Amino acid sequence: MSCALLLLLMSLALAMGTGAAVEIQRPRGVPLSSELENKPFTCLDGSSTIPFDRVNDDYCDCRDGSDEPGTAACPNGSFHCTNAGFRPAFIPSSRINDGICDCCDTTDEYNSGATCQNTCREMGRKERESLQIMAEITKEGFLLKQQLIHEAKRGQEDKQGKLTELQGSKKGLEEKVEALRTVKETAEDPEKEAKERHLKAWEEQKELLRMEKDKTRMAECVTVGDIQRYFRLQSHLELDPDSDGSLSETETQGLLGGADKVDTSTFETVWSGIKDKYLSEGQSEPPAPVETPQEESRDFVSDHDSDHYPEDYAGEEEEDVEDDEEDDHDEEEEEEKVPPTVQTPEKREDDEVSMPPYDTETQSLIDAAQKARDDFDEAERALREVDDQMKNLEKEIGFDFGPSAEFAYLYSQCYELSTSEYIYRLCPFNRVSQKPKFGGSETNLGLWGQWAGPEGNLYSVMKYDHGQGCWQGPNRSTTVKLTCGKETVVTSTSEPSRCEYLMEFTTPAVCQEPASLDEVLHGHTEL
Amino acid sequence: QDSTWVSQLSERLPVHYRVSFPCFGPGLISHLNDLSLLSQDENGVVLSLGADSQWLIVSAKPFRLDIMEGREVLLSLNSRGLLTAKEDGMWEETFKSHTDNKPNGPSSISLDFSLPGVEHVYGIPEHADSLKLKTTDGGDPYRLFNLDVFQYELFNPMALYGAIPVMLSHSAQRTMGIFWLNAAETWVDISSNTAGKTVFGQMLDYVQGSSETPQTDVRWISESGIIDVFIMLGPTPTDVFSQYASLTGTQAFPPLSALAYHQCRWNYNDQEDVAAVDQGFDEHDIPYDFIWLDIEHTDGKRYFTWDPHKFPQPKDMLQGLMDKRRKMVTIVDPHIKVDSSYKIHNEIRSKGFYVKNKDGGDYEGWCWPGNSGYPDFTNPEMRAWWASMFAYDQYEGSMENMYTWNDMNEPSVFNGPEVTMHKDALHGNWENRDLHNLYGLYVQMATAEGLIERSGGVERPFVLTRAFFAGSQRYGAVWTGDNTAEWEHLKISIPMCLSLGLVGVSFCGADVGGFFKSPSTELLVRWYQTGAYQPFFRAHAHLDTPRREPWLFGPENTALIREAVRQRYALLPYWYQLFYHAHHSGQPVMRPLWVEYPQDTATFSMDDQFLLGRDLLVHPVTEEGGRGVTAYLPGKGEVWFDVHTFQKHNGAQNLYIPVTISSIPVFQRGGSIIPRKARVRRSSSCMEHDPYTLFVALSPKRFAQGELYIDDGHTFNFDKQKQFIHRRLSFANKALSSRNLAPGSQFITPSWIEKIVILGASKPSKATLKTPDGKENLLEFEFDASMSVLTLRKPGVNAGVDWTVVLQ
Repeated sequence: MSCALLLLLMSLALAMGTGAAVEIQRPRGVPLSSELENKPFTCLDGSSTIPFDRVNDDYCDCRDGSDEPGTAACPNGSFHCTNAGFRPAFIPSSRINDGICDCCDTTDEYNSGATCQNTCREMGRKERESLQIMAEITKEGFLLKQQLIHEAKRGQEDKQGKLTELQGSKKGLEEKVEALRTVKETAEDPEKEAKERHLKAWEEQKELLRMEKDKTRMAECVTVGDIQRYFRLQSHLELDPDSDGSLSETETQGLLGGADKVDTSTFETVWSGIKDKYLSEGQSEPPAPVETPQEESRDFVSDHDSDHYPEDYAGEEEEDVEDDEEDDHDEEEEEEKVPPTVQTPEKREDDEVSMPPYDTETQSLIDAAQKARDDFDEAERALREVDDQMKNLEKEIGFDFGPSAEFAYLYSQCYELSTSEYIYRLCPFNRVSQKPKFGGSETNLGLWGQWAGPEGNLYSVMKYDHGQGCWQGPNRSTTVKLTCGKETVVTSTSEPSRCEYLMEFTTPAVCQEPASLDEVLHGHTEL
Repeated sequence: QDSTWVSQLSERLPVHYRVSFPCFGPGLISHLNDLSLLSQDENGVVLSLGADSQWLIVSAKPFRLDIMEGREVLLSLNSRGLLTAKEDGMWEETFKSHTDNKPNGPSSISLDFSLPGVEHVYGIPEHADSLKLKTTDGGDPYRLFNLDVFQYELFNPMALYGAIPVMLSHSAQRTMGIFWLNAAETWVDISSNTAGKTVFGQMLDYVQGSSETPQTDVRWISESGIIDVFIMLGPTPTDVFSQYASLTGTQAFPPLSALAYHQCRWNYNDQEDVAAVDQGFDEHDIPYDFIWLDIEHTDGKRYFTWDPHKFPQPKDMLQGLMDKRRKMVTIVDPHIKVDSSYKIHNEIRSKGFYVKNKDGGDYEGWCWPGNSGYPDFTNPEMRAWWASMFAYDQYEGSMENMYTWNDMNEPSVFNGPEVTMHKDALHGNWENRDLHNLYGLYVQMATAEGLIERSGGVERPFVLTRAFFAGSQRYGAVWTGDNTAEWEHLKISIPMCLSLGLVGVSFCGADVGGFFKSPSTELLVRWYQTGAYQPFFRAHAHLDTPRREPWLFGPENTALIREAVRQRYALLPYWYQLFYHAHHSGQPVMRPLWVEYPQDTATFSMDDQFLLGRDLLVHPVTEEGGRGVTAYLPGKGEVWFDVHTFQKHNGAQNLYIPVTISSIPVFQRGGSIIPRKARVRRSSSCMEHDPYTLFVALSPKRFAQGELYIDDGHTFNFDKQKQFIHRRLSFANKALSSRNLAPGSQFITPSWIEKIVILGASKPSKATLKTPDGKENLLEFEFDASMSVLTLRKPGVNAGVDWTVVLQ
């Protein structure tokens, strides 16, 4: 009703403005014009009633602007352009007679001196042409889309099938892994026992040797010669007070506090004085060729506990061994799986004899256990692979590829657009990037975020964010606008705001079911 | 004009010739003829300064000058004996690898001024500081040295982009001015004998009667030049403005559209972007007149060129804007890319127009284009050549709706000391040291001249500058440079523009929204609301900030910004009239309250509200989350009307006004008449022939007066051919009339009087319009008894003729 009335009022305005005779249609709900002219006009919001000669008299009487649809007098009015040949439109009444041609039928500029050409017919023709082209594109695009939906459905089924298949094989693999785990554990028990036996025997032998030596040593005082021998001090120039390149006997005496021999308790204090400087030769020696218990690798120079003789040190170490063995249990297991990395042992006189090789029986147990481990690992790897495949499939199946999965075909594809400076690359559901044409590294313009179209048209816009950070700015992000097209192409890119990119992308997947062409054309040109 | 005194002190035997500016204040010397000798002895003379029983006492040993009025000392020069003119001592400074060996040696000059009875001094922009200048005891002096400052600090006497060495002093008795004409680096120290005292201490002095006279002492120091001082004796603020205008000229009268809204950003990316933003304003029905292009529009920062990929068809773009009756500004900076394939560079080099370094080679520094030369704008030949480059056939792609922005003209030199030019760079025979602060003025002068010339002298130019000096008002607009999107920066825009207005530069604005960083939506809205009531109204943003065109913050905020911009457009007739007056008589457009209420001490330090002309008082909301503002409405016995609600308020009170996000507290003075154009269109040009609505705000004595100024809005014809309408509108004895104020002028306007709104009126029984042809028409009217608002419907009379409306 208001529309019809506005039309009427506009016609009146034209009649007054140009003096041309305009046929006045009788609008619904409004009396005949002859009567109108004598009857007061009530503003459409009912706020007031004015004599009819105040309608379109270039003065705003109604608060809602309804009395001046044909002039610019009201700030909130709107003017209706008929635009015969094109589409009708409303423009703000502030655009009436402002010297700018807004209506293609020129009706908005009836008193401004602006010379406007009636372009409605031309615009209508152009619009029809472009609508026709669009309609054809939409039609073909929509057909393609059906195909895409079909393919996506099939692809989805395939994936689902593959997934089910994988689920089956996963079950088999899990069982296999469990079975092999048992085999492995069964083989490892005797291996462990045999190894421990071997080790224990070796430890006992070492202990015996050590005790014998200690006995001899405890009976003696520590002499300068002992020190020199024991620590091979001459080669430890860090202890050399005059830095002449050798540690003389006198200098060694100096280390012992002036005496040429001291008893063990005195040496304790001496030792604590020099040990910080003393660098173990063992550190620089090549690793021992044999598998050595980890704890032996500890270097007493690095020990922070200074209250021990070197002799006692080994004993102390053995206590540590117990602790470490418990603490490092997991590590040890780990080491057993992989070839042991041999730690550098502190080479002491006691250790000059290395651990003897395993006997044949033990070795064969070890070999058997190793094979069981390898088999188990192999099975586990296979299971992991199946798991990964399943995860990827589930991820792909879980992606929102649109209401009919019509966007599924974009998955794991990439599309490029080359501009004067850069090559832009859109990998849908993954990432957007930019690479300078003439050298330079690729910049991440955003990772797949979500569909971001407006309500009712969610699947028209893709959002990629958390790209590479901008200097003093946000992380780069890209908005991808999807329009209907026969081909899947990136048609343009721009950076409307610093580090916020805009990409236009055509795909058949957004083509809507076309209305019949006649419908489209009529809907737009009918008055 | 009669109360301006120039004091030029010459040394007997100058070691070198010091710079002075004969171009300023022509005819001033003739004033000296008015001096007459009253008495004389071996130590001095007493001279009469003509009218007002004013004397000048000149004492020789110690040297001092005292200006007296009757028995009162108005101002003393060198009373503290700080006059110096150094000629010897150390003279070498190094910056990085550069040694400034000061060929003329130290040459600083200094002089002190004592202002008895003065507690308030203003001016000496540009500083991001309060309107009332602070004492500098124990701190840095105010510094005047044009610099490209990155992210400047507030409430700091540090130097910024421009320098106007003019200070105003004000007390309830008198307003005076000191113009220290020197373009070298200058420092101003201010001290006061009352500044340190607490309110209690001052009260104690008062009660005990032991108070010494308040006094402000000011010391000026410049690195070189001569002591060349103009004293403006007032006594009123208006007098000081005209006295200063007689020395440096008045505000250029801008094209009307330049007073409308400007949309700027670093950068609008390409022609499509420009078209889309233009379209956005139409779609959201927000008016705008100018869209701006920053440095990225050029071909590799070569000014006067266009990026061939982004702006391949500049004329098509400009024509598109012209079709919408809109305009564009492109940036032209004074640093010129050193590039032998660049025409501008080659010509400047071949003509020898570049600033030289001390060894005689062309001075080069780094700026946006990389290695750059700096044309010597102090050279008149260079300026003439530069101006000629704006001709339509020289500046390719330019059209008559394209105007100019001069940025970086301090000048900015990225690798120079303090990001500016080396002081020993040579402008002809002068060192940059001697005239540094003038460079930017000359850039704008030459550019404005170019825009005038290209139109054959017909069109008024519009040029925006960042650097300025005393006199820059004659060439266009200034803005407060690279501010930040923070509430404090919004607040400081008021004192910064008020300070500039006091010293001649009325066409001032701050980047709406803030240049650096990104404003909150609320801050952006409040900044639009504030900017809509400041002289130069332009939104601008840094390259790295997210887009902020007015419609990007949801429909509600779009509506708020639209409303603020529309208020600006509706008020354009009043803005234009204010600028006409600024051009005519040097009165500032945006004024501190004390200018109109010089005896009201409550107003002396106010800088959170301001007046536009005499008749509009604006107290913008500049607090985050503001729920209300307290506005001071001055004038005992006066009344003020809220321009939105027409609510009447008494003067001389602090008024608390509750505000919402849509509020812009603005009041019209009772006793004034303000013309508006209520039909806001998409650009000011589209409103040219629209009718006027007159807002008549009656004083308690039912009197009101105002003006209406109309011309073509863009040419010099108002001046050269007296083509304008200037009318006196007055309401007295229940009659409102329009009378010609300029009988010698003529101009035809199709505009008419659409509506008359009388605030504070009583209901008449009838309203009669009388026109010169003897016709009398009864006017319809509406009366709103609750607000006492009388609205006269459609007088319809042409705005250019005599008429009277009689209320009975």
